[in-house]
Amino acid sequence: MIAADRPVQRPPGAKLLVVDARGEISHAPRARFLDFLRPGDLVIANDAATLPASLRGEHLPSGSAVEVRLAGRRSLAPEDVRVFSAVVFGPGDHRTRTEDRPPPPPLGPGDRLALGPLRATVEGLLGHPRLVSLRFDGTPDAIWAGLARHGRPIQYAHVPGPLSLWDVWTSIAGPPVAFEPPSAGFALDWRALAAMRTRGIAFATLTHAAGISSTGDEELDRRLPFDEPYHVPVSTAAAIREAQARGGRVVAVGTTVVRALEHAARRDGRVRAGAGLATQRIGAATRLRVVDAILSGTHEPGTSHYQLLRAFADDATLGRADEELRRHGYRTHEFGDSVLVERRAHVEAEAARRGPAHALRSTGLVPSGGPAARRLP
Amino acid sequence: MDYLPCSDSPRPFAGLRVAVTGGTSGLGLALVRELLGRGARVAFVARTPGRVEQVARDHTGAHGIVGDVSSKEDIHPIAVQIVGELGGLDVLVNNASDLGPTPLKLLADTDCEDLERALATNLVGPFRLTKAVLGALAASARAGRGAVVLNVSSDAAINAYPRWGAYGASKAALRHLSDIWGAELAAEGVRILSLDPGDMDTPLHAAAVPDADRAALKRPEDAARELADAIGSALPHPVREGGAP
Repeated sequence: MIAADRPVQRPPGAKLLVVDARGEISHAPRARFLDFLRPGDLVIANDAATLPASLRGEHLPSGSAVEVRLAGRRSLAPEDVRVFSAVVFGPGDHRTRTEDRPPPPPLGPGDRLALGPLRATVEGLLGHPRLVSLRFDGTPDAIWAGLARHGRPIQYAHVPGPLSLWDVWTSIAGPPVAFEPPSAGFALDWRALAAMRTRGIAFATLTHAAGISSTGDEELDRRLPFDEPYHVPVSTAAAIREAQARGGRVVAVGTTVVRALEHAARRDGRVRAGAGLATQRIGAATRLRVVDAILSGTHEPGTSHYQLLRAFADDATLGRADEELRRHGYRTHEFGDSVLVERRAHVEAEAARRGPAHALRSTGLVPSGGPAARRLP
Repeated sequence: MDYLPCSDSPRPFAGLRVAVTGGTSGLGLALVRELLGRGARVAFVARTPGRVEQVARDHTGAHGIVGDVSSKEDIHPIAVQIVGELGGLDVLVNNASDLGPTPLKLLADTDCEDLERALATNLVGPFRLTKAVLGALAASARAGRGAVVLNVSSDAAINAYPRWGAYGASKAALRHLSDIWGAELAAEGVRILSLDPGDMDTPLHAAAVPDADRAALKRPEDAARELADAIGSALPHPVREGGAP
């Protein structure tokens, strides 16, 4: 696929590939994505704003330049910002591909880092020479101020120009707890929320600290996604119950929403409200309990995001979808085009056995708003 | 103008997450004190680091944030700190204001840069900051906590006072912005208020009217109490869901 290299969240030509529950594939302008939803459906997005999580500075024992990318946190509590897990790179910046970045100097417990106005201590390595636990000096407010003023959004070589926070905050961005943007949400603007209301489609949010998508190191990348704290509001858990009761589908905007909801789900498909730490991996073997469809970016096979799609569709279907994405020039990465994938029919059938509400669900993502979706030649 | 009836509801402010711009002097400082006194969790924004530190030191629990709302580059760092430190946001008070040229001048004598600065502080800044925290406010509304943006207005937004051109034009634009945005956001549950606190005994008023009879001016503490009442009236009662995340 083609890398989307400019930070435009909703380019006029954005495309959408739709995989319905029977594995049928169609194409549409992404701006028409609501046409594939029905009254009673519930759209859930991640309202995490993106933290400026890339911190340039110096490893004081060696005097070496480093880039620290914050990558994880135990909780979303506002005052719990002293300790982060972080990936450390040597000199250079995002314009060098992460896999070509030089490693940091050897890091050990007690090493001090100067990161702009912030000072931090390496607490220890987390099973890899460039993954550390960092403890910042100072009060939580001083740490927030240091991050806000000195940090930059984490970015990669496929977008060469420097990103600003407004480039990576979704329209609905709230708590600044994501390490990289929950970019499936770039598709949403306030007009889309108003249109959902008009069409009888419900909307809710949760907050999930989306982690980093790539470390440049194969061994570390295999450990992605790292543990991610999340929070499901009481009102969102209630909205899910209501959607399930009326036979509406739960449509997750982004992989992080799937991870949070499925982590918070009980066996019966009810979702617990409150705080949690998502530790699970989602893949072909995962039985989805809550989410019926996902709106997501286009992902390359082998990434953890792609693995997650295997919980929705079988490999043959995803293979055909990949071929379609290539053939029709879809763009990939955070500013790229999108896919809407409905949970496959035999998974639906299993869900149907769990309760009558599930059985009411359709077996297809059928456009409801006129000639929006069409099969491209 | 625009006053809402006083609230008689018990403690609608307990745990409420509020941000106030221009929070180290005049009405802003009085609002910080009033809201803290009512049990709110308060973050305040101002330009001068020394003043921010002083006010934060003097008011336990208040989160001081250094930033200039007229600067595009400052807005997102301010928003990161407001929403990060409070863990969300229920109320934003756009109070920071620029008087335009001081002493006040006829428009024909007003430098373009003075008008631009007044617009940047009084109109574009509140627009940018509100937009940056709107996701947090809307989440609060969905959670049943309510969400309010209070844009501090002036009678100069309505009346064409000679020599108040830069200030009056910017405040008139802010008032209209508030009305339109309020209509657009009603369905999201986000209330936009535009309120005139009246002529107060503040540094801004002293700069505008140096020879005013201060005894005849309203105390900022009284205006702050009225504005806090108006915020309380615009919130749902009782607050349903606890602080998150």
